[in-house]
Amino acid sequence: MGTIAENIFSQKSGRRASAGEYVVANIDYAMAHDTTTAWAIEPFQGIAGSAGGNGRVWNSDKIVIPFDHAVPAPNVAAATMQKEIRKFAREQNLRIVQQGVCHQIMSEQIVLPGMLIVGADSHTPTQGGLGALACGVGSTDIALVFATGKLWFRVPESMRVSIEGRFPQGVYPKDAVLTLAGQIRAEGAAYRSVEFYGSAVREMSIGSRMTMANMCSEMGAKCAIVPADEKTMEYVRGRKGAESARQVHADADAHYIEEIAIEVGQMEPMIACPHDVDNVKPVREVAGRPVDQVFIGSCTNGRTEDLHVAAALLRGKMVADGMRLVVVPASQLIYDECMRDGTLSVLMQAGATVCNPGCGPCLGRHQGALADGEVCVATSNRNFQGRMGSPKSEIYLASPATAAATALAGRIADPRDTSTR
Amino acid sequence: MGRAWKFGDNLNTDLITPGRYNMTTNAAELARVCFVEHRPDFAQGVHARDFVVGDRNFGCGSSRETAVIALKASGVRAVLAKSFARIFYRNCMNLGLLAIEMDTDGIADGEEVELDVESGSVRNVTRNEMHAIAIPHAMLALEREGGVVGFVKKNGFDALAGLFGK
Repeated sequence: MGTIAENIFSQKSGRRASAGEYVVANIDYAMAHDTTTAWAIEPFQGIAGSAGGNGRVWNSDKIVIPFDHAVPAPNVAAATMQKEIRKFAREQNLRIVQQGVCHQIMSEQIVLPGMLIVGADSHTPTQGGLGALACGVGSTDIALVFATGKLWFRVPESMRVSIEGRFPQGVYPKDAVLTLAGQIRAEGAAYRSVEFYGSAVREMSIGSRMTMANMCSEMGAKCAIVPADEKTMEYVRGRKGAESARQVHADADAHYIEEIAIEVGQMEPMIACPHDVDNVKPVREVAGRPVDQVFIGSCTNGRTEDLHVAAALLRGKMVADGMRLVVVPASQLIYDECMRDGTLSVLMQAGATVCNPGCGPCLGRHQGALADGEVCVATSNRNFQGRMGSPKSEIYLASPATAAATALAGRIADPRDTSTR
Repeated sequence: MGRAWKFGDNLNTDLITPGRYNMTTNAAELARVCFVEHRPDFAQGVHARDFVVGDRNFGCGSSRETAVIALKASGVRAVLAKSFARIFYRNCMNLGLLAIEMDTDGIADGEEVELDVESGSVRNVTRNEMHAIAIPHAMLALEREGGVVGFVKKNGFDALAGLFGK
């Protein structure tokens, strides 16, 4: 009867939930970070301190506060906000985790298939890569959840995206999801749940599935879900609650508002050009454009597999003269893995600056801001005007392979033209 | 009555409060940097009861509530747009700033606009044109209490659930 979103909302609200209806649902985990938590404290105190409330969070074990947007604090303003949050966390016995990007931390440590997650960050749908339903909200919504463990939702319509075929050499899931963005545009999944199917998705690693779900935020989606499978269960094995975790799938007669099929067999590397995520072109059409900085990292493409792809292209070579290559592993775990297997060494020998895990330069606060007229190719998810610095700078979004090839060339480059030894 | 500040489609929240300007929990400070780079004359020129008028997908991108706080602290009466991004829309509801879906082609930058919540209309005073609008009950109920915190304090969380269709 239901889509994955309908079935999860049914389980979490205790009633049959169909698209278009409003439900109040029980939240499995709530997440907020070093910016959005700051604005949640006062509304939380207003709500939890009001009649009937005891001033305490609903369940301190179910709330995670990763510090990732600007850590270590780059200035006094950020340090002051973080200090306020630490005080709140101490009072409420909440966990602050400073080990990388919030979505990566949640996927590595917390999330299980079938969970309902809310996060005070727009890229929360990333957890859909693990078969969970995860929605981004603002600070006041997360304050409501901190206080009550519940939130109201409009049950979303779902769209079904099938991705079939085998990726050619040099072409990656990021290219597929950029293709989707170019096709359905920045509002193409607004208020919807996106479900991913197809042979290419089944073949994808959990990290790549997270890349797909992550980018759906840029198309307006409420959530994006890759149905859980054996690979998902293997990924979450050993974490709290994993033994009793249940995959939630769509029923055979589920209704989809739109169905899209994408074939990757003939796909080529794609790139989102300034200043919109849906301004997507084949890389070869903009190849040769001079680039000042390349950023490899973020909740979209800062995982071990992404750094491996970059290292394979950069091994034994040097980035172009004047090129700044900024690499930010998405978490401590990834940083450690890539340190131990030599990946970071390869990247550094090629001229990369490897920064501590976190959001890095993605949102323009530190670790690689752009000046007037500068151009950056990034593996992240947003190329909004001024996102990474000056409003007169430009951001292109691409796969780690395209980013690495570009770092070598000093110009936008198609990774299929870069040899790997 | 207030002035219309007109913006284009896919207006993202980074343009309202850019990442490097919103490391503060001071609403007045956010009002000072509202549209700081995208529309530098906004913060100086905006008056209480002015309108921010967008196109499609207004407020897309980051979940940052600072965008809504900055607009509210600037005195903006309501945001009018053809459609809203979902987190921005929820943030407006929660903070008690009216976000009204309507065809905004009939409003140009600098024109005078009047909102009548009771009769459900937006009047372009400059052109003397009337546009019928429908504001959801929940949006209005929350706006009356200055946002969801005021509403829940007064009525409790269960009443919040009751605002939405069964």
